[in-house]
Amino acid sequence: MSRDDILSVENLAMRFGGIVAVNDLSFTARRGQITALIGPNGAGKTTVFNCITGFYKPSAGTIRLRNNDTEMRLEKLNDFRISKIAKVARTFQNIRLFPGMTALENLMVAQHNTLMRASGFTFLGLFGVPSYRAAEKAAIELARYWLDQIGLLARADDAAGELPYGDQRRLEIARAMCTAPALLCLDEPAAGLNARESAALSELLLKIRAEHGTSILLIEHDMSVVMEISDHIVVLDYGVKIADGSPQAIRDNPKVIAAYLGVDDDEVEAVEAELGL
Amino acid sequence: MDYFAQQLINGIVLGSIYGLIAIGYTMVYGIVGMINFAHGDIFMIGGFIALITFLILVSIGLTIVPVILLIVLLVSMAVTALYGWTIERIAYRPLRHSFRLAPMLSAIGMSFVLTNYSQVAQGARVKPVPPIITGGYTLHEGAEGFVVRLSNVQIIVVITTIVLLGIFTWLVAKTRLGRDMRACEQDQTMASLLGVDVDRTISMTFVIGAALAAVAGMMYLLYYGLVDFFMGFVAGIKAFTAAVLGGIGSLPGAMLGGLLIGLIETLWAAYFSTEYKDVAAFSILIVVLIFLPTGLLGRPEVEKV
Amino acid sequence: MATTAPATLARGPDVAFIFKKALISGLVALVLFSLMIGVRTEAGPEGQLIYWTRFGDLAAMVGVVFGGSIVIELLRYWWGPVDTIRIIPPSTTKALAVARRGIAPVLLIFTFLVPVIFYDQRYILDLGILVLTYVMLGWGLNVVVGLAGLLDLGYVAFYAVGAYSYALLATNFGLSFWICLPLAGILAAFFGVLLGFPVLRLRGDYLAIVTLAFGEIIRLVIINWQSLTGGPNGISGIPRPSFFGIPLTPGDDGLATKLGIAFSPTHRIVFLFYLILALALLTNWVTIRLRRLPIGRAWEALREDEVACRALGINTTTTKLTAFATGAMFAGFAGSFFATRQGFISPESFTFHESALVLAIVVLGGMGSQLGVALAALTMIGGFELFRGLEQYRMLVFGAAMVLLMIWRPRGLIGHRAPTVFLRHEKVISAELVEDARA
Repeated sequence: MSRDDILSVENLAMRFGGIVAVNDLSFTARRGQITALIGPNGAGKTTVFNCITGFYKPSAGTIRLRNNDTEMRLEKLNDFRISKIAKVARTFQNIRLFPGMTALENLMVAQHNTLMRASGFTFLGLFGVPSYRAAEKAAIELARYWLDQIGLLARADDAAGELPYGDQRRLEIARAMCTAPALLCLDEPAAGLNARESAALSELLLKIRAEHGTSILLIEHDMSVVMEISDHIVVLDYGVKIADGSPQAIRDNPKVIAAYLGVDDDEVEAVEAELGL
Repeated sequence: MDYFAQQLINGIVLGSIYGLIAIGYTMVYGIVGMINFAHGDIFMIGGFIALITFLILVSIGLTIVPVILLIVLLVSMAVTALYGWTIERIAYRPLRHSFRLAPMLSAIGMSFVLTNYSQVAQGARVKPVPPIITGGYTLHEGAEGFVVRLSNVQIIVVITTIVLLGIFTWLVAKTRLGRDMRACEQDQTMASLLGVDVDRTISMTFVIGAALAAVAGMMYLLYYGLVDFFMGFVAGIKAFTAAVLGGIGSLPGAMLGGLLIGLIETLWAAYFSTEYKDVAAFSILIVVLIFLPTGLLGRPEVEKV
Repeated sequence: MATTAPATLARGPDVAFIFKKALISGLVALVLFSLMIGVRTEAGPEGQLIYWTRFGDLAAMVGVVFGGSIVIELLRYWWGPVDTIRIIPPSTTKALAVARRGIAPVLLIFTFLVPVIFYDQRYILDLGILVLTYVMLGWGLNVVVGLAGLLDLGYVAFYAVGAYSYALLATNFGLSFWICLPLAGILAAFFGVLLGFPVLRLRGDYLAIVTLAFGEIIRLVIINWQSLTGGPNGISGIPRPSFFGIPLTPGDDGLATKLGIAFSPTHRIVFLFYLILALALLTNWVTIRLRRLPIGRAWEALREDEVACRALGINTTTTKLTAFATGAMFAGFAGSFFATRQGFISPESFTFHESALVLAIVVLGGMGSQLGVALAALTMIGGFELFRGLEQYRMLVFGAAMVLLMIWRPRGLIGHRAPTVFLRHEKVISAELVEDARA
């Protein structure tokens, strides 16, 4: 694993009973870059995500995360520690906000660990010590910043469940960013967004990369988004990596087009057109 | 050894009764995904119906025991099944798309209603009946004069359980209703799109569960010779424990769990202490859920993220 | 139930349909009640079972069901579908939401004045103490069920632990109430952690049953561990609380003498009233503070989506444990108050019914709402008092009320949620968006 890599997945395998969802997968994600993980439905992309973020324990393989010169083995950390210690944040394919809490509260919950320390694990906070109040204020400011970034400042006090779909997607990204992640894993962030919203999303992700130096790992079906913002693309099919390279290389890879798009000619043409081939 | 053999027999008989109740829990949980908290009380109602039917039959001069037993069995199954149907209709069906907590709380309320309905209608005192089936076989006579006995009641309880279990397994595996039930268990929306009458299937689940609980109630009456309005609560928790131990959703699991709970309880009472036998049963529930949450025969669950 | 098509509105009620439905309901009732109500069994003088018939009662019950069915159908026809909006219109709900800022202080002031207004009415004071005890228990359980969304059916176990801790410490070691109170709370919280640690990973409905089993285990151990707990006979002669060391007795060192006023047994009642009021308000204050701290937000987030919590680096196990322990601690406080007030405790006071009653208070109140829980405790305990004469029907009505409540208003009196922090305006969040406890 080189210094420039933030994440290195080696020989990852995940089996559910007899079903092999991911097999012998190796790839790396560069620090400060956007890496996209693409592939047809059922290729095992979300499974890879769940292994990286600790929701599944991989059947085999290693997942290394390198941050500030310390290397961590993610497959050995379990659930909440991956976010807390390894600083990997994620979003979900089917949005998982806290629907009954306001947008602002969602972002406050994301800063739980920082605020817990500031509140002296509740005991100091209970009596409202000034240092905690200062920390809470800072947390609100951070939340305000991210709400502003995603254009939801005006709706800060509305319940997350009331927000339109596209706003919820962005809010989930903002929430993940409030954990100050080193690696941000996004599971189909553009799913269900219209063209304008997709463009705004691309802009947001590029901004996150540029201004915060956060590395991003992205699962996405929307090729316009993938091709526009990715620095590097990994293609998965039936749990196996079939290609790995720059967007241009992937775009020109006939194997990817055949495997990824299936064999139906009409369909290939339609998607090729979309890709601008 | 003889003592142990006797306890084994007693445990299996008790376990059969728990198993019959546990099937009702497991079926309802499998299809509707709720713990039918009132199911223990359905068992209690079944016991009362059996008792009253028996009294009436005896008082009108019927003396042929097999005929009495058959009539009592059929009447208590039928009437208790109607209780099950009515409860589902009143207390659970309107809540099918309500908040997650609602059906559970409604079931707790229903359990109170049934317990106290029975208390108001039949009084708070324990209702004893004289032994209906007497006699039995001496299996082995030990050196110290300890006798291992298998009574006729015990034989009847076990045989009835096996026969009903057979019928029931056939019902689920081979009939249209069974297929509908399995379909609803997998995916209710899809099942209804494919022409399964989901409401009717759920109703039937409650009806069958209640009928089996009624059999358990009757067997309890035959075996222990008494019923009371409060017997459903503890029996209900134990049967639920049995369902969880066997793997909730699994029918053979419910029976297996029932037998295990019956055995554990009996052996605990025989070798350790009678006072703490319920504590033992409840502790098993906790231990099983912690170390074996899918039960012995249950399917492991993969968390969907 | 089958639908009455709105089309019938134009033609008037569909008499044939309603009649048919009532007939079926009556028939079902006839079968259900024929044996259970039509025949009454009882152990006769020599132990043998006798029975007699009660066809009059049976006919009456079937008639009630038949008539009731017609009435319900007619109501349904005139009212349209019965739902929340019919029972408590949204305008009322909104008004409640707005008014609750006003209601709470008024209620609080009134509660403070109760001993002054009703000084001579022992019955009212006792009832007030009872209501406040349940308010406190409700607020305590609200932390577990309402905020953290963990369905706890064995809450009474911690109440029992608190009560027995005080009773045993006071009778065996002569410790005063004021020393025992925190000890009882700590012990109860300890039991909460003890139970919580292994079981909190469980899915919601399993958790409910395990807590129920735990409650029963505690009760059974209390019954059977005779040498320690006195078994079913309980513990009597539990010391009464003192006014911070000064006993409330008629003697020379009693509070009355020291203050130079005439002794009256009412003093102690009034003191107990303010004591439980203070304890309840402490519970309330702590809960309100906790909600605005990261731990409280994590509880609510846990109720909303546990998976998301884990993805945000929240240790869900310790978060659940703290909720469990906090709730248990308040139950422990309430338990030791109960013991000192009664002077006698036995396992009978700690049955599953108590857990269910407190849970019903939390649910009726609208999970998560402090004011709602207080109002619900008042309604429930008050309602129970109304049925005092009909002892055996009490639980019947309680059970039926729980079912009806779930059908008509599963979110309770005040179901919406107030945010814990806001940038510009505090907007209440409607009940439909808020998740409830996992079941």
